[in-house]
Amino acid sequence: MGELGPEVLPLGQDGVLVRFSRVPSASAAGAVLAFAADLRGSLPDGAVEAVPSLTSVLLRFDPGAVSRATVAAEMERRAGSRDWLAAPLPPPARRWTVPAVFGGEAGPQLAEFAALSGKSEARLVEEATATDLRVLAIGFTAGLPYLGLLPPDWDVPRQPQLTPQVPAGTIAAAVRQLVIFPADSATGWRRIGRTGFRPFLASRSEPFLLRPGDALRLRVVAEVVEDADGIGGATCEVLE
Amino acid sequence: MGSLTILRAGPALSVQDLGRPGHLSEGLSPGGAMDRLALLEAAALLDLPDVVPAIEMASTGGRFSVDAPMRIALTGAPMKAAVDGAPAPWAATVLLLPGQVLEIGGATAGTYGYLTPAGGIRSPDWLGSRSAHLVIGVGGLLASGDTLTTGDDPAPQAPARRIDAGSRFNGGTLRLMPGPQTGLFDAATLERIQATGFTRSAQANRQGIRLDHDGAPFPAAAAKGLASDFILTGDVQLIGEGIPFVLMAECQTIGGYPRLGTVIPDDLPRIAQAPAGAPLRLALMTLDQADALWTTDAARLRSLKKRVQPLIRDPRDIPDLLGYQLIGGMTRGDDLDRKERP
Repeated sequence: MGELGPEVLPLGQDGVLVRFSRVPSASAAGAVLAFAADLRGSLPDGAVEAVPSLTSVLLRFDPGAVSRATVAAEMERRAGSRDWLAAPLPPPARRWTVPAVFGGEAGPQLAEFAALSGKSEARLVEEATATDLRVLAIGFTAGLPYLGLLPPDWDVPRQPQLTPQVPAGTIAAAVRQLVIFPADSATGWRRIGRTGFRPFLASRSEPFLLRPGDALRLRVVAEVVEDADGIGGATCEVLE
Repeated sequence: MGSLTILRAGPALSVQDLGRPGHLSEGLSPGGAMDRLALLEAAALLDLPDVVPAIEMASTGGRFSVDAPMRIALTGAPMKAAVDGAPAPWAATVLLLPGQVLEIGGATAGTYGYLTPAGGIRSPDWLGSRSAHLVIGVGGLLASGDTLTTGDDPAPQAPARRIDAGSRFNGGTLRLMPGPQTGLFDAATLERIQATGFTRSAQANRQGIRLDHDGAPFPAAAAKGLASDFILTGDVQLIGEGIPFVLMAECQTIGGYPRLGTVIPDDLPRIAQAPAGAPLRLALMTLDQADALWTTDAARLRSLKKRVQPLIRDPRDIPDLLGYQLIGGMTRGDDLDRKERP
């Protein structure tokens, strides 16, 4: 099963999903960010919010104000109005720089990931820090960013069994993406590094730091910067 | 402002309101009460304009006291309740006075009972809701000895009232609307899953509820290599080889397992309340049928208010109220005589 082009589908009594691919794909990730940015710029009447996932955009609407048929027709029109799968990523509004430690105790599966990808550990770290990552989606758990896309050799599937618990701040890799765990979690992704940056911290005055579309660069440091507010030495540059 | 003290807490009490919708782009599921209808029933019984935060009690309650006279609505899973040893009705309001002890025991049907003080619980607000979101560590379980601030009861002298809570406490049929992945299942599997008798598994919490059945699992024919995508509360997710889980208030927001469809909001209280072992069936509706059932919580509340009735109680269960000056200076002083005397 490959990419079928945009499909407009129901999700819940107040949702219409525009799906660009059923399987993970680099062009769908770009289409999603571009389509979501366009939609947010001009939400249709009766729309409540437009949210990107990795391969789709969910438009939530108020069924008291507008019918599903109207919203779905408008989404069909917009999805077909240009070749979203060929769309370039919209420029980021913000760029984060996040200190991280790779390998060793901080990333005990970096060697395993290197073997699976056919690259050296040093090369992986170089690519992870040289890539202008984008926040493709936030989800699974509160504030968890899906970051991508890394070069094609990073297309390593999740491990078959779950690691029962990885600590908060873990940077894990799979399918050309990285995730940063805001809290301790079980995961099927491989641990390659760690940061003191917590994309979500309930007690912080700003609980959620990242937004879909943000750019993020990882910067190698010798030791994890742990601080009470979960910033971890990260900086944020506003670009527009 | 008053307060409510938990003299003894059951194992899983938490403050819940209708949760925090609208944070999907931040990966936050809405959370809130497992049985939202129970909170709407409480607001109807107490004649409040909106739902107020309540104590959600999983399977069993605890012992409670107050420092000011306040009406309390007891809704959701029926539980054995008593005030100073005198039986108190469920799906009804009860007036609790300082010095009295409200004891709430185990559920006789269903899973989640709710204790709603008329002024609401004033636990800390986070992102517009006072709901504990246990998975992400916001709020937490309540413990024996905790004292919770409550708002003032706008009408402590109002007569006791009851509502018929219907029959959502022992399983039944869950209606599903189709979702983005319904088409991944072939027609035979869809037919078989709707013909299967399930039971509510013991594996259940505020994130999700597993459904057990005898027989083969329900694989999605076209799910290989599926990208992770949005999950909503109510989605029926087929994990592993095809074991159904209904995703509930504190579910993850993105996931990679195929989903059969979405339990419509009207039927979420039924799955939330189904006790372990209760029989359940899944029935797919058409999109048009599901959309036609869309309504708002405000409309649900209006309709519930019409169903509220005065509570006719056995006089032997009514404590001596006349010794209490409930809200001095604000009543004619004889309200209780007029309203409470059977």
